[in-house]
Amino acid sequence: MIVADKKPIEEIIEELKDFSRILIAGCNECVTVCEAGGKKEVGILASALRMYFMNQGKEVKIDEVTLERQCDHEYLEEIRNNMDHYDAVLSIACGVGVQFMAEKYFDKPVLPGVNTCFLGVTEERGVWTERCQACGKCILASTGGICPVSRCAKRLFNGPCGGSAKGKCEINSELDCAWQLIVDRLKELDRLEDYEKLMPIKDWSTDRAGGPRKVVREDVKL
Amino acid sequence: MSKVASPKTPSKLEKILAAGHLAVTSECGPPRGSDGSVIEKKAQLIKDHVDAINITDNQTSVTRLSSLASCIRLKLMGLEPVLQMVVRDRNRIALQSDILGAASFDIHNMLCLSGDHQVFGDNASGQNVFDIDSMQLIQTVRQMRDEGKFLGGDEIKRPPQLFVGAAANPFADPFEIRVARLAKKIAAGAEFIQTQCIYNLEKFELWIKQAGDRGLLDKVYILAGLTPMKTAGMAKYMKNRVPGMDVPDDVIKRMSGVPKEKQAEEGIKICVESIQRLKEVEGVKGFHIMAIEWEEKVPEIVEQSGLYPRPEV
Repeated sequence: MIVADKKPIEEIIEELKDFSRILIAGCNECVTVCEAGGKKEVGILASALRMYFMNQGKEVKIDEVTLERQCDHEYLEEIRNNMDHYDAVLSIACGVGVQFMAEKYFDKPVLPGVNTCFLGVTEERGVWTERCQACGKCILASTGGICPVSRCAKRLFNGPCGGSAKGKCEINSELDCAWQLIVDRLKELDRLEDYEKLMPIKDWSTDRAGGPRKVVREDVKL
Repeated sequence: MSKVASPKTPSKLEKILAAGHLAVTSECGPPRGSDGSVIEKKAQLIKDHVDAINITDNQTSVTRLSSLASCIRLKLMGLEPVLQMVVRDRNRIALQSDILGAASFDIHNMLCLSGDHQVFGDNASGQNVFDIDSMQLIQTVRQMRDEGKFLGGDEIKRPPQLFVGAAANPFADPFEIRVARLAKKIAAGAEFIQTQCIYNLEKFELWIKQAGDRGLLDKVYILAGLTPMKTAGMAKYMKNRVPGMDVPDDVIKRMSGVPKEKQAEEGIKICVESIQRLKEVEGVKGFHIMAIEWEEKVPEIVEQSGLYPRPEV
C-alpha cells in the first residue's frame, strides 16, 4: 500500500486559514489501512478544526466525505455536484489522490492533509515500513525476495557495504541491513551461490530518472 | 600471481607490487577549504616513505576540497596519487568524466568505494546518488581502460590507464560472505585491495587464509590497512562508534594501561608490531597506513617496521 502520515495540525491550519467553506476528503484505500486518511481520520480532523476555528471566533463550515478512491475518475465525480458549496478541499488521500482531485476540480484549491511516505506494509499495529520504490524493473528474483533498492540505504546491488554490523545498517542500529537479510534468505533457500553473481549496472530509465512514468495497456483500453 | 608479474598500467604502485616488493601506501584527507597547500604539506611529510598516497573523497560525508583536485596537486609535485572515488555523490556520467579528468593528468591509481552514508556528514539532508555501486564502478573503470569504451558503448579516445583498487572490510558482517565478497570484487576487476584498519589480527588472518583457500591470493594484491591509535579514548571510540570496526578488548586494555602522555607512543608501537606480524602472513603484499590527521608519524612507522627505504622502480 501507499503509506502516508498525518501532517501536523498547525500546518493544516496554515493551509486553510483563508477559507471559510472547507470539504475534508478522505480515501477508503491505502490511507485508511495506514490510519492516516480514512473516514475515521476525516472525522477526527474535522472535529479538531471546527474546535480550533470556533475558539478563534471564526465561522468556518467544515464538511466531511470519504471516497472509495481518489485515484479514479468515477469516485471523484461523486462529489462534483456539491463542489460549489466549498472554497477549498483538504484531501487526506495520498499525493496521488490530492493531485487527481486538483486536476478534476481545476478552479478549486485542493490542499494536502497528509505526507505521502512510501510503498510499504503494516509490520505491526501502528508500525509501517517500506518495501518498494517502484523502480519499474523488479529484481527480487535474484535477491532472495528482498529489495536492495528500497531497503538498503545506499541501494547497493552488490552489497553489503562495510558498515553492516550485527545485522544492522550503519545509519541506524534499529534498521535491518538489507544485505544481511538477503544473505540469510539465500542461505535458507540453499542459494547462497547466487550472492556471487555480479548484478549488472541498473537501467534507471524506468525509475524516477526517466521522468514521469506511464503504463499503457492496449489490451484493456476501452 | 608469480613473483614478477608484468604490470598492465604505468602505475608505480603496480610496478612495485608486480616486482614482488611489499608496497606502502598512506592517505591524506583534503582540507575543508580551498588552500591546496594543506594537501601539499601533508604529502611532503610522507612522500619519501610511501609508494603512493590515497586522497580521500569527502570521507565521512563531510564536504572537503575535491579528491581529484588534490590528486592533481600531488601529481604536479611528481608524486603518485591514488584517487579515491565514492559512488555516493556522482552518477555514471560524472564518474566517467572524472575518471577521464584524472587520466588527463596521468593519474594511474584509483580506489573504488561506496562512500559513507551522508547522514554522518555536514549535509545529512542531502540527496544521495548511488547510480552504480562500488563493484560496478570497478567494472566501469576496467571497461574504460581495457576495452576503451564508455558505459554507453562509445569509443574513448586515449582511454584511462588506471590500476584499479577496491576496499575490503574483513570485519564487517555477515562474516560468512566476507571472502565471497572479495571474490566478487576480484571478478569485477579489482587488482589491488586496501583493507579496513586491522586491530583484530587473528580475524584478519582467518579471512586471508580463507581467501587463500579459494585461490584468490594469486589474483589480487592485498594491502593490509593500519591506523595507529593516538589515545585510549580513540580506541574506545573506534570500537563502539565506527561502523564495521573490530577493536579487541586487549588492544583497548593495552592503550588504557599506559599513562596518557605515553598512549600515542603505545599506539605507534601496536601499529609497528602489527605490520611486523602481518609481513609474514601469506597474501599480504603491502601496507596501507592511515594515520588520520597524524601524517607526521608515518615515516617512523615505516622505518620501525623495516619498510624503509622504499624501492626504486
